[in-house]
Amino acid sequence: MKYTIHATCSVLMLPFMLATSAMAGSADVVVENAWARASIGTSRPGAAYMEVHNAGDEPVTLTGLRTDLAMMPEVHRTATDEQGVSSMSPAGQIVIAPGETVAFEPGGLHAMLMQLQRPMEEGETFPLTLTFSDGGETTVEVPILGIAARGPED
Amino acid sequence: MQSRSVLGYGAAALGVLGLALFVGWWQVDGPGAPVPDDGRPLPLTAMEFDLTDHEGRPVGPDTLVGAPSMVFFGFTYCPDVCPTTLADISGWLDALGGDAEQLNVVFITVDPERDNVDAMAEYVGYFHQAIRGWTGPEQQIALAVEGFRATYEKVPTDSGDYTMNHTASVFLFDAEGRFVTTIDYHEPREFAVPKLRRAMNEKDAEGAT
Ligand SMILES: [Cu+2]
Repeated sequence: MKYTIHATCSVLMLPFMLATSAMAGSADVVVENAWARASIGTSRPGAAYMEVHNAGDEPVTLTGLRTDLAMMPEVHRTATDEQGVSSMSPAGQIVIAPGETVAFEPGGLHAMLMQLQRPMEEGETFPLTLTFSDGGETTVEVPILGIAARGPED
Repeated sequence: MQSRSVLGYGAAALGVLGLALFVGWWQVDGPGAPVPDDGRPLPLTAMEFDLTDHEGRPVGPDTLVGAPSMVFFGFTYCPDVCPTTLADISGWLDALGGDAEQLNVVFITVDPERDNVDAMAEYVGYFHQAIRGWTGPEQQIALAVEGFRATYEKVPTDSGDYTMNHTASVFLFDAEGRFVTTIDYHEPREFAVPKLRRAMNEKDAEGAT
């Protein structure tokens, strides 16, 4: 699975990297281990997870998401307080320092996929585009796993 | 005449005050207080609520007494925490193997507006077969949440929908319905499964005496 994602990733990024090789920052972003859970129909929001690595030597700022799967993709953060109460809200812009990896994982950051345009079917994939403050973008193909998946290997 | 009615009011007021004090005592220190309210969930035997499980059967706290129980709150429109909790629990149940059959495992929705019996049935069907889904009228859900000393709150989202903030801890009770402990969200499996075994063993200890 991991190999497939890497392969897909590099193939997708190749033209982009060639086209923007002069651009610093977001051109050095690598997205790995992306995955999402299948949905039941389209009325419930979906969530996708991944690791976003800044391989460059300048900070990059993730400003938003885009996908044809959902009308309203948004970076969300889940927080659980001392009383054990979980809540979820838009995370705003995410700054990734040089060499750092920001993990989108259950119970923390997630790509919230609101207003699904089609059901998320296990075994399929969908393209998710990350947009950055320098105008650059990175698109990753996200594999859809089962509803009960707990991580990219499930 | 006037002084008599004043006296009457006075007596009535004293009566009300007395009753209030009595009710207060009953609830705080008297037999009406099964446990001091230190924020811990009540014993299941002291809770009262009427819900429906995902197969349409009437259920309540009594349903859970007689076997150790694992109970948690959530909602099926929850994209992150709830499927993760259900998946984690499915993993713990797999780790327990055949012993999982001794456990009551219940997912109570805090969003009865969207989570009717059919929605619960479809949703729990994707996870470990031991997991039951309970829903019911909002007011009964509120009673359940209160008994567990949990909380929930409806919050509007940018998309014009709403989401629910809610207690994400998993509550464990022994076979007598007494609260044992919680497994907090994201607690590693190395801690979760032994806690489950503990709640289950308290049942065995009871049985042995
Ligand atoms: Cu979200």
